[in-house]
Amino acid sequence: MAATDWQPARLRATRALTPDIRLFEIEPSEIEQASPGAPAPPGSHLGVAVMIGERPDTRSYSLLDSGADGLYRIAVKRLPDSRGGSAYMHGLEPGARLSISGPRNHFGLTPGRPGYLLVAGGIGITPLHAMALALHRAGAPFHLLYAARTPQDLALADDLRARIGERLRTFTDEEGGRIDLAAAIADLPPGGEAYLCGPLGMMEAGRRAWAEAGRPAQGLRFETFGTGGRHAAEAFTVRIPRLSREIVVPRHQTMLEALEAAGVGMIHDCRRGECGLCTVKILDTDGTVDHRDVFFSDAQKATNAQLCTCVSRVVGGGITIDTADRAG
Amino acid sequence: MTDAKGFPLNAWYAAAWDHEIGRALTPRRICDKDVVLYRRTDGAVAALEDACWHRLLPLSLGHLKGDQVMCGYHGLVFDASGRCTFMPAQETINPSACVRAFPAVERYRLIWLWMGDPALADPDLVPDFHWNSDAPWVGEGGTFYGLKCNYRLVIDNLMDLTHETYVHAGSIGDDAITRSPFEVTHTDTCVTVERWMENIEPPPFWARNLGKPGHVDRWQIIRFEAPTVVAGDVGVALAGTGARQGDRSQGVNGFFLAAITPETATSCHYFWNFVRSWRTDDEELTKSLNRAHVNDGKGVYDQDHDVLEAQQRAIDRQPRQPFYNLNIDAGALWAHRLIDGMMAKEGRAPSKNDPAKATPSVGIAAE
Repeated sequence: MAATDWQPARLRATRALTPDIRLFEIEPSEIEQASPGAPAPPGSHLGVAVMIGERPDTRSYSLLDSGADGLYRIAVKRLPDSRGGSAYMHGLEPGARLSISGPRNHFGLTPGRPGYLLVAGGIGITPLHAMALALHRAGAPFHLLYAARTPQDLALADDLRARIGERLRTFTDEEGGRIDLAAAIADLPPGGEAYLCGPLGMMEAGRRAWAEAGRPAQGLRFETFGTGGRHAAEAFTVRIPRLSREIVVPRHQTMLEALEAAGVGMIHDCRRGECGLCTVKILDTDGTVDHRDVFFSDAQKATNAQLCTCVSRVVGGGITIDTADRAG
Repeated sequence: MTDAKGFPLNAWYAAAWDHEIGRALTPRRICDKDVVLYRRTDGAVAALEDACWHRLLPLSLGHLKGDQVMCGYHGLVFDASGRCTFMPAQETINPSACVRAFPAVERYRLIWLWMGDPALADPDLVPDFHWNSDAPWVGEGGTFYGLKCNYRLVIDNLMDLTHETYVHAGSIGDDAITRSPFEVTHTDTCVTVERWMENIEPPPFWARNLGKPGHVDRWQIIRFEAPTVVAGDVGVALAGTGARQGDRSQGVNGFFLAAITPETATSCHYFWNFVRSWRTDDEELTKSLNRAHVNDGKGVYDQDHDVLEAQQRAIDRQPRQPFYNLNIDAGALWAHRLIDGMMAKEGRAPSKNDPAKATPSVGIAAE
C-alpha cells in the first residue's frame, strides 16, 4: 500500500454489536470529503494505522457497506490471541483521530452471476455483509449462511435479516446448527460463485466441498484473516542449525516477526499467508505445525516440508528450519 | 478534489466496431484505462484490464487459451471474468488474483464497454444508435482512433453545424446555415438542435444526391444522447413539398452518426458513420460517401479532424485562456451540462481541462 495513500480521519461513533465485537463509524477528513459518494465496491477493506504498544503498525478491516454516505463502517472483534490491533481499536473513543488508507479491494464480487453463495463464520461476516447488501440491491439470487458460536455472537444478524429476509440463514454451535456446505454448493446453479470468509477450518471445508462438487477453482472466492488457526497460539522455539540460532516466538508475535527481530533476513509481502514469499524449509519438528496459510495445497501441508512464517505456527513443541541465508 | 479525466464512468462507451474484434487480443485505451478486447469461443466479447495482476505486463502481449488469456511473461491465466485460473510454481491460486473485467455489449454494429461500477451496467442504457444497424439506413463509416483532442471538442463540433459553412465550404457548407435560426431543446438525457433552411439553393453535395433541379428545404436535426453519442438527421427535399411538416418523400435523408469515446483527457476515439435511405443498394455510392468523409485528408471529416487537433494544441499552449460562448453554442453547452450532471452523480467534479469550464478571468488578476 502506497505511503502517500494515508489520509486523516475521525472516529465518529462506536457501538457494541456483541460482547466482543464493536462497530466503528469512521469519517474521512473534511479535505478529502470534497469528493464524497464514490462508493467502495463490496469486499473492500480499509487500512487503519494502529499502535501496538509503542510500535506503529497497520491493520485491514472489511467495510460493512458501500459507504455511499461518506462514512466508512467496520466491525472489529477483540481477539485474545491477537497481535494487538483489535485491543488498540477497542480502546478508541469517539472523536479519536485516525489515519486511514484505501478503501482497496482484493475480494471483488463478480456481477451478473446466475447465483451466489455467501458463507460467513464469526467476524468473517464483515465483507459478506457488504456483498449481501449489494446483491440484494441488485436483485441478484443469493444466500448468506452465517455461523457463530452462540446466538449473541451473530453480530449484525438482526439488522441483516430485516433487510434481506429469508436469504439469511444463521447457525450456532450452541444450538447445534451446522452449515451443510455440500448441500449449499449443490443448490448453486452452474456458473454460480461462492464467497467465504471465516476461520481457517471453515475455509478449508469450503474449499474441499467446492472441489468435491467438481466446481472450477476460480468460482470459489475467499478472504483470509491470517490469524486464527486450528490450534490456539502459543510460544514456540525455532532452531536454525545453519545459522546456529535458537529463537523464541512469543504467543503474540508471528514467526516472521520473531525471525526478523532476531536479525534473520526474510523476504515477505502479503502477511496473510497468500503469496508464499516468506516460506522456509522445515528440517524437523517435535510439535504440530499449525498451517494457517492458503498458499500451500492440502497435500503440501500434509508433507510438512515447508511453512509460511507470516501466519503459521507450531504448538506442542519446537521446530527446526532452514532459511535462504547462505552468507559466509 | 478535481477529477482530471473529465468524463463519467457509469456509461456505455463505443470501444470497437463489431467486425474488428475476433480471436486476436486487441488493446485499446478507453477512459484512461488500458483494456484488452477479444471474442470468446461462444462469440461473446470479453474486455479485461490490459495489465497482468502480477507484474502489469499488458495481457494483450500474451495469447488466448480457449476463452482465457495467458500472460506472455510468467504464464498466469485469467478467464473472461478476470479471475486467475493458473499460477506458476504453486498448487493453489492466490485469492486476490484477478484483473478487472469490463461489462461489454454488442449492439448497433459496435462493441460498447461500461467503464464504471459493473453492478450498474444495464444494457438498456446503451445509447440509441439504431440508425447504424437498422433498415432502411445504409452506410459504411470508420474511426479516428486516438484523435488528439478532448472528446468534448468533437461534441461541440457536431452540436453546432455553423462550422460547416467554413470548414466544409464547397460540399455541405452553405451561407444559409449561418443565416437560419435554430431551436435547442433538451430532456434529462438528450439535447436536440433543430435548424430548417427553407427555399434555399442546395449546397453541392445535396444537389448532386437529390438529383432534381430547383430550390430545397434543408434540415439538420441533431440529437445528442449523454454522454457521447450524436445522431444528426440531415437532408433536403424539394422546396415547399412538406418536409418540415413530415413528408420527406420528395427529398433525400441521411444521418451522421458519432460515438465519441474518451481515450485520455486530451484524446478520443471517434466512431463515425454516414447512413442514408436513398439508393440503398448502390454499393458504389456507399463507397463514395465513405470517401467523401475520409479521403486521404481531403474528406469532410478529415477537415474536422484537422480543426479539432489544432484546437486542442491551442488549448494546450494557452491552458488558462477561456472559451467565449456564443448563441450558436447553446447545444454544446447543454450537452456539457448533461455530462457534468452524470459526473456529479458519480461524486466527481468536471475537469479543469474542460475548456468550456475554464473560469474567465475578469479584471486584473492579483499576481
